[in-house]
Amino acid sequence: MAVNRSDGNEGFITTKVDALFNWSLKNSLWPMPLGISCCAIEMMAFAGPRFDVARFGAEVFRFSPRQSDLLIVAGTVTYKMAKVVRKIYDQMPDPKWVISMGVCVSSGGMYRSYSVVQGIDQFVPVDVYVAGCPPRPESLLKALMVIQEKIKSGGKAIADPEHQKVLME
Amino acid sequence: MLMDNIESILRSALGDAIVSVEEHNGQVAIEVMRDRITDVCRFLKEKLEFNYLSDLCGGDMLNFEDPSGRKAYLAIEHEHRPDRIPSTQRFMVIYQLTSFKNKQRLTLRVKVEGDNPVCPSVTSIYPAANWSEREAFDMFGINFEGHPDMRRIYMPEEFEYYPLRKDFPLMGIPGSIPLPRK
Repeated sequence: MAVNRSDGNEGFITTKVDALFNWSLKNSLWPMPLGISCCAIEMMAFAGPRFDVARFGAEVFRFSPRQSDLLIVAGTVTYKMAKVVRKIYDQMPDPKWVISMGVCVSSGGMYRSYSVVQGIDQFVPVDVYVAGCPPRPESLLKALMVIQEKIKSGGKAIADPEHQKVLME
Repeated sequence: MLMDNIESILRSALGDAIVSVEEHNGQVAIEVMRDRITDVCRFLKEKLEFNYLSDLCGGDMLNFEDPSGRKAYLAIEHEHRPDRIPSTQRFMVIYQLTSFKNKQRLTLRVKVEGDNPVCPSVTSIYPAANWSEREAFDMFGINFEGHPDMRRIYMPEEFEYYPLRKDFPLMGIPGSIPLPRK
């Protein structure tokens, strides 16, 4: 890859195709906003001008799963809704990631009852869980950044405690 | 005032359809014979201007104590127990009526059997009862006879239990609602 140097001479940088691909992937995640209940309000704030997810290249909210690669499940998932969540996940093209936003989605939260699924990881793989009821938009931005890190490192770094420490700083 | 002599009005018009009349802080609650609930509702709507059904719900009186201290019907114990309220009174359907014209409210109660919960539908009189009766059916398994569309309203149609019954566990029956495969 050729670059123009300030002294007028031509230089070059080297990279791997994978790294370039992952770099472009991580900076243009297109979320599928699955706003099922109140967490969706915070998700809207996350997309709006104050928190502005466009800074991370993920401002293109697609209301079609076929055009998205990041599923944000925002709100209580009942057993009846579980089929819909799974169907939307199945319709998304690979590669795809899932954010489980809020305690209801992650563990059933305060809805400890017969009608609410006690964690969506029972039927879809989840990449990042966001705590809170509802979480602040910053938490969701953080989740997005964690996913970006995960993509950048080829999906391996999240399990690595050293890398976790870097992320926390 | 109508409410002061509603008991005599109803008893003279409907006779033994009225089981009892209670009043608490000006709120009148009338217990009605199950099979006469449509007659009572029709009379209240057409003659006494109770033109609006603001709510209809079911209730499970399992383990409920009546004023004399008797415990209500236990699902497991079917044998005769004098210290228990008989199973014919396990469920209840509660109707909240409103009269816009007279600015009055009235509660009706109907006791429904535990073993074969059946109650006449009032949808022919109050169309608003349609979804409420479906909810009571979904949550308590009370069958409303004469309802035009007696299906579950919240739970999946293949669900086999009635989740607001007192003997239904809070967390449900494991595996009773299938989840998609991971």
